[in-house]
Amino acid sequence: MSMTMAETEVSKGFIDVRDMGVTFGANDNKVVAVDNVSLNVQPGEFVSLIGPSGCGKSTLLSIVAGFVKPTRGEALLDGKAITKPGSDRGVVFQQYSLFPWLSVRKNVEFGLKMAGVEQSKRNTTARALLDLAGLLSFENHYPDQLSGGMKQRIGIVRALATSPQVLLMDEPFGALDTQTRVVMQEILTNIWQQFRISVLFITHDIEESIFLSDRIYVMTARPGRIKAVIKVPLPRPRTAEMTDTPEFMNLVQELKGLIREESLAAMAPEIKDRGLSGFGMKVGPKGVGEIF
Amino acid sequence: MGSTATAKIVALPMVDKHADPEPVAVKASAAQMSASEIPVPEPEPIPTVSLTKVFLGLLGYVTRERIITALLACISIGALFLFWYLGTKYKFEFYIRFKNVPTPYEVYQQLTQVGLSNKYLFNIAMSVRRILFGFMIATIIGVPLGLAIGKYERVRDFFMPVVEIMRPIPAIAWVPMSIMLWPNNEASIVFITFIGAFFPILLNTIHGVHSLDGVLVRAARCLGASEIRLFMNVILPGSLPHIFTGLAVGMGVAWVSLIAAEMISGQFGVGYFTWEAYSLVDYPAIVLGMITIGVLGLACSGIIRMVGVLLMPWLAFAPGGRR
Ligand SMILES: Nc1ncnc2c1ncn2[C@@H]1O[C@H](COP(=O)(O)OP(=O)(O)OP(=O)(O)O)[C@@H](O)[C@H]1O
Ligand SMILES: [Mg+2]
Repeated sequence: MSMTMAETEVSKGFIDVRDMGVTFGANDNKVVAVDNVSLNVQPGEFVSLIGPSGCGKSTLLSIVAGFVKPTRGEALLDGKAITKPGSDRGVVFQQYSLFPWLSVRKNVEFGLKMAGVEQSKRNTTARALLDLAGLLSFENHYPDQLSGGMKQRIGIVRALATSPQVLLMDEPFGALDTQTRVVMQEILTNIWQQFRISVLFITHDIEESIFLSDRIYVMTARPGRIKAVIKVPLPRPRTAEMTDTPEFMNLVQELKGLIREESLAAMAPEIKDRGLSGFGMKVGPKGVGEIF
Repeated sequence: MGSTATAKIVALPMVDKHADPEPVAVKASAAQMSASEIPVPEPEPIPTVSLTKVFLGLLGYVTRERIITALLACISIGALFLFWYLGTKYKFEFYIRFKNVPTPYEVYQQLTQVGLSNKYLFNIAMSVRRILFGFMIATIIGVPLGLAIGKYERVRDFFMPVVEIMRPIPAIAWVPMSIMLWPNNEASIVFITFIGAFFPILLNTIHGVHSLDGVLVRAARCLGASEIRLFMNVILPGSLPHIFTGLAVGMGVAWVSLIAAEMISGQFGVGYFTWEAYSLVDYPAIVLGMITIGVLGLACSGIIRMVGVLLMPWLAFAPGGRR
């Protein structure tokens, strides 16, 4: 890494995954989860990772988060190898992960408390973040009193409280209904617009990935490799109306095409060999519906 | 229970599942922002206490549910006393013999006679003190050890074999050994009480750690929690519901063990009081002793439950409510 001081200053939050391979188990029950993946997230960039179920998306994110060690290759954050979890990487999980015994505000304060920040400062930061998430009036509620969308919003601002350089999100809206999801996406873009930190976002929702991202990595079925990288040239700030524009639609079609092959491969390799017509199915211009 | 039902009704209308607030206004500032720089909202005013509110709150406490609960409790206890009264009044004798059983009135008289005597109160004080020591030592050792065994495989591998061997031995079986082991009677009784409370507390604590959702531990790690802070801020509070189950069960077993120990080897104590009454053929005192044990046991588990409610207010909202 030959960077000048000035460069290091601006390029905070640069995720670089190189020739990554992950194998679980040994011998007979050996599973190659991720195979030879290289990807990067530029400082301040919003990058999505999309791919069929079981292709190793969560595994990849766990490595960047520092929970899992790769079998081959390496993951770097700003040029330094990632070895363990840390508050320089905020993580939002697919499952709700708020501490049920802490009030909403204490949950947001948690990272600051771990960092030894004094109570009054924690309090003000947490309240500001809750205000940003539109949940200040719930600061003294317990997580079990909130809806799923609210919990995930709090999960996001909790991860942001320690001012991390990157935010890692593993299908954070996967458990939400469609309407809530759309609102959450808008809230997330707004929050991201203000913080401008690097985001690695995992999803299997095509529209979601386009709406949110600057770039999208498409993964193959297991063993997961990078199949394609797609740039999203839509302007920012993104609005809900953009999803009806032709540019957006074209991107959706392009991604659907890429992903359809992989979804089929993931479900049954023989389908791919024979082709769908072998099953007496008609493949229209729009594909075989929403398998993904 | 009725309490959860009311708590839910109060809490739920504020949480509208579908009305997620409108998206936050777009503030398109290109500049990078950190969490400490975002504008701080005004602090909320401290709520004032009004007497009418308190009164209405108390009134709200008396619900139909609660009245029914209390009524059924009275009826069931009343039925027990009625059975006792009728059995002793007619000297019921059909396989079980009520011939020597004192009537409720005789027991009541016994209470008024000895009830305030120093001897009786002293016996109670001794038993409570033994419970307090035995139970507290069991908690102080059992909870941290349980947390460590639950968290670290190596610690578990080291301690669990011993625990598995010791656990099936009932506390009463420890009486002879305990008398040999400890320098005085008092210490040996406390030890037996400790043994009784220890295993339920330990095992429930271990279970509490194991049933903690792994994603919470991972979340804490990501937020920068060190090992010690993880213990204090996640593993301990996360296991607290199970720990309190262990404390409640442990308290029950502690009383069983204590009474048995007092009957066998004791001087003083409610168990000793009851056994002494038997050897002196003082029938009303036997029943008084029994009732005393029942009331003390009930009070102790009641205290634990109350502390649990105070320490774990979030359980009132947990799915399924407080059981
Ligand atoms: N700890 C583990 N031990 C063994 N195999 C594992 C482990 N974790 C993941 N795997 C396997 O690795 C593969 C990739 O899993 P991963 O969870 O990363 O997939 P994913 O892309 O996140 O899928 P989904 O979209 O369903 O969440 C799967 O086949 C899974 O069975
Ligand atoms: Mg996953």
